[in-house]
Amino acid sequence: MKKVVAVLIFWNFFIPLAFAADIKVGFVTTLTTPAAVIGNDMKNAVNLALKHLDGKAGAHNIEVVFGDDGFAPDTGKQVTDRLLKQDKVDIIAGYIWSHVLLASRKSVLDAGKILISSNAGPSQMAGKLCHENFFSASWQNNQTPMAMGEVFNREGIKSLYIMAPNYAAGKDMVAGIERTFKGQVIGKDLTKWGADAQLDFSAELAKAKVSGADGLFVFYPGAASGAFTKQYHQAGLKDLLPLYSVFTIDGISLPKLQAANFSGIVGSKVTQQWDPSLNNQANKKFVTDFKEQFGKYPSFYAAQSYDTINMIASAIMAVDGNMNDMAGLRSALKSANYNSLRGKYSYGNNNFPIQNFYLREVVEDSDGNWTTEVVDTVFKNHQDPFAAECKLK
Amino acid sequence: MDYTLLLIQVLNGLQLGVLLFLVASGLTLVFGILDFVNLAHGSIYMLGAFICASLTYILESYLLAVVFSLPIIGIIGYVFELFLARPLYTRDHLDHVLGTFGAILVIDTAAHLIWGPAGIAIPLPDYLDGQISIAENIEIPTFRLLIIAVGLTAAFGLLWLVNFTRLGMLIRAGASNRTMVAALGINIRSLFAIVFALGATLAGLAGMLIAPITEASLGMGNNIIITAFVVIIVGGIGSVKGAFVAALLIGLIDTLGRAFLDDLFKIFMSTTAAENSAPAISSMSIYLIMALILSFKPKGLFPPRLR
Amino acid sequence: MSFYLDLATRLCILAIAAVGLNLILGYGGMISFGHAAYLGIGAYAVGIPAHHWLYGGLDFLATTNGFMHITIAIVISGLFALLTGLICLKTKGVYFIMITMAFSQMAYYLFVSIEEYGGDDGLVINTRSEIPLISLDDPIQMFFVSFLSLIFFMWLIHLITKSNFGLILKGIKDNEARMISLGYNVYLHKLIAFVFSGIICGFAGVLLGNFMTFISPEMIDWARSGELMFMVILGGVATVMGPLFGAIVFIILEEILSSITIYWHLPFGLLLIAVVLFFKGGLSSLLSK
Repeated sequence: MKKVVAVLIFWNFFIPLAFAADIKVGFVTTLTTPAAVIGNDMKNAVNLALKHLDGKAGAHNIEVVFGDDGFAPDTGKQVTDRLLKQDKVDIIAGYIWSHVLLASRKSVLDAGKILISSNAGPSQMAGKLCHENFFSASWQNNQTPMAMGEVFNREGIKSLYIMAPNYAAGKDMVAGIERTFKGQVIGKDLTKWGADAQLDFSAELAKAKVSGADGLFVFYPGAASGAFTKQYHQAGLKDLLPLYSVFTIDGISLPKLQAANFSGIVGSKVTQQWDPSLNNQANKKFVTDFKEQFGKYPSFYAAQSYDTINMIASAIMAVDGNMNDMAGLRSALKSANYNSLRGKYSYGNNNFPIQNFYLREVVEDSDGNWTTEVVDTVFKNHQDPFAAECKLK
Repeated sequence: MDYTLLLIQVLNGLQLGVLLFLVASGLTLVFGILDFVNLAHGSIYMLGAFICASLTYILESYLLAVVFSLPIIGIIGYVFELFLARPLYTRDHLDHVLGTFGAILVIDTAAHLIWGPAGIAIPLPDYLDGQISIAENIEIPTFRLLIIAVGLTAAFGLLWLVNFTRLGMLIRAGASNRTMVAALGINIRSLFAIVFALGATLAGLAGMLIAPITEASLGMGNNIIITAFVVIIVGGIGSVKGAFVAALLIGLIDTLGRAFLDDLFKIFMSTTAAENSAPAISSMSIYLIMALILSFKPKGLFPPRLR
Repeated sequence: MSFYLDLATRLCILAIAAVGLNLILGYGGMISFGHAAYLGIGAYAVGIPAHHWLYGGLDFLATTNGFMHITIAIVISGLFALLTGLICLKTKGVYFIMITMAFSQMAYYLFVSIEEYGGDDGLVINTRSEIPLISLDDPIQMFFVSFLSLIFFMWLIHLITKSNFGLILKGIKDNEARMISLGYNVYLHKLIAFVFSGIICGFAGVLLGNFMTFISPEMIDWARSGELMFMVILGGVATVMGPLFGAIVFIILEEILSSITIYWHLPFGLLLIAVVLFFKGGLSSLLSK
């Protein structure tokens, strides 16, 4: 009996120690509530990235521990704390939502760990609250709508009707448009958001229709995206009031919208820093494998999460697994020396990407599936407007 | 003043009001007659939407799906009453609140397990998916008109039931004085079960009607339950007529507020101030209305005469 | 270890709020569905002055002095409770429930609309309240401050319920008409209890704001008020230890279950239903058997 116990102890404690230590990455995303569709897409992309890397960065194993923020900032902060203090992760990444990221920020940075955002890009993190240990794998919230504003100028849109939810990100989108759009905003509706968000846009769509605007710009993430696009389609506005949106129509919502045949949105335009049709080797492999394994196109959330893992892997290899070499990790991350799905980009002083933004259109691909395609490059090497507020050089 | 826009918004308000009525009517009957606070009423609304969505894809017809979903929801309501509501009738309102909150958690998570986190969009047949011109220059999406029609039919059906049938008489008597009704030898248990199932069916119908517009999605019940409670408070607990008036009132105020409040504010304040304050005020509007009405009529607009 | 310390601190803070709510809900029979508003007010009473101290603006309000934060919290929560109580207490039963909820929803939308303080994104502060001799940045000291505050408030409630005032309150819960006919000013007593309860929750809010260094309108959401109510009911109303038990069970269960599965709300809901159906009087009654 004692022999058995000894052998068990040997196998369970000493053998694992003989291998290279696992690098643990904590990944916070949303796995419950309807927003879990986004979290699941990100989780799939992370797992695909690990598969492509064979679970290793050089000689070191990477283990990802997922945490669910339940779409609430205090739950997000709690799960971040648990990942740091109980699971003892080496790096924290993820974060779909700006408010969850802002709530969790102090816990990670006070613990002296690297924090990477795979989606959220609040202006505070780019400006006043920037930090040498924080990196963005995505964008700054204002950039995507700023690109859209520029699109309006190029397409000759003189008057615009705006609809967005009445919360910080919604207002950020509107502010982004207003920074670059040179025409006139003839109507603006900020609809109720939060736990009982307004999902019936009949009143606002009626106003938009009679306003005579050249175009309709909306930002309706999550559950509101299906509701809005349905109502837009039902109101027959496709030709009367062309639709431009950000973060509303993407790889996650398109299959569902197609299943319900909301053809009103085919041909509508969106902007983003990435698209499944981007023509580089890493992206082609990612999109093909993602479609094969999960049966649908990846969303930009997925692409950013995939990039996050590769970014982390490149940093781990640069310091050869020595996670205490913070200076080494920082400089490796800052060099963005990995094969990003969006192509080559660089980091600004505030550790946000300086990258291209593309105009994309909703189209039907050769298999009859709805997806998006790049039509034009709106900005080349665009930097967010808050970099100057950041104290870092 | 753009009268066509006003008319369209009034119709939108009516549509919202009619849906609120369907949800609130069941709630007010259950609360008024059974004296049972059912927070999970919104979850039943959500189940109606999801069951109808699934059946729409299976049966390939939205209308057939509704026809089959209604009795299913009625049965679910009956089962709910049997296992959760019935044991709690003799208890405190507090216990109702706790128990039905637990039920919300169970039903919502079960829905997540069964249907996944993504919402389900319901495809409509082409003849329901377009617009109808009801006058020169005025086009309304066909389906919204259908909602108003169905809702009003259900409303009048319910009002007829409550006011002109024997069952309705028992319901009104039960709302006024439950003990007396029981003392008169009426089978209170069956009455309660019927009322509960009826309320559930109406809530489920509301879910089935809204889902083609806003998708069947998790948590949709928690959003509407608060508004429904506001409606029954304003209308007077136990009064179907009160729920009807209050639902239309709140539906109209909420819609017209969203549509015109910022324009109204722009008359006497700057554009930015109007744009910033109007959404906040219009979100608060239903609560302001409720507080206002309660300060003049603390038991709502049409409280049934009390025990 | 430090993870469990955080859990314990959070538990103490919510238990304080539950204790405050229990005063009117348990002992006074006033079911307030809007008490999360006071947690939010207390938290913002820390956040807003700290924000201005860090980033400028509104100099008369900018401070990190802990006593100032506590004073602001007490004054504002007290005022909010007084003004809303004046109206709410004119109603009874479910009307009271709804109108307390309505006011807290209004507070929620108010904070959401104030962009300066983050609105829906919430307010992040990089500093904690400063109290002489104590550093709240140290998690152990943070815990002890919360724990000792909890003990203090529990003792205070115990004193109140044994006092004349407490007996009158219980009498009001039992039979309001009788108390009126006995000549007591029922309305005034209820109002005093309501204000006091709001202030206790406001204090809990100050601790919460410090603990999280992140304050958002979501703290005021009606679902949060619901959670407080459930802690009180679960633990057993009108008992001194009840709110603490309720908070313990609620938080520990939430923590354990959520690390097992993301679908933890299901067994949690079943548990709530089971407690309601089979354990009348909440968990306190279970323990006193």
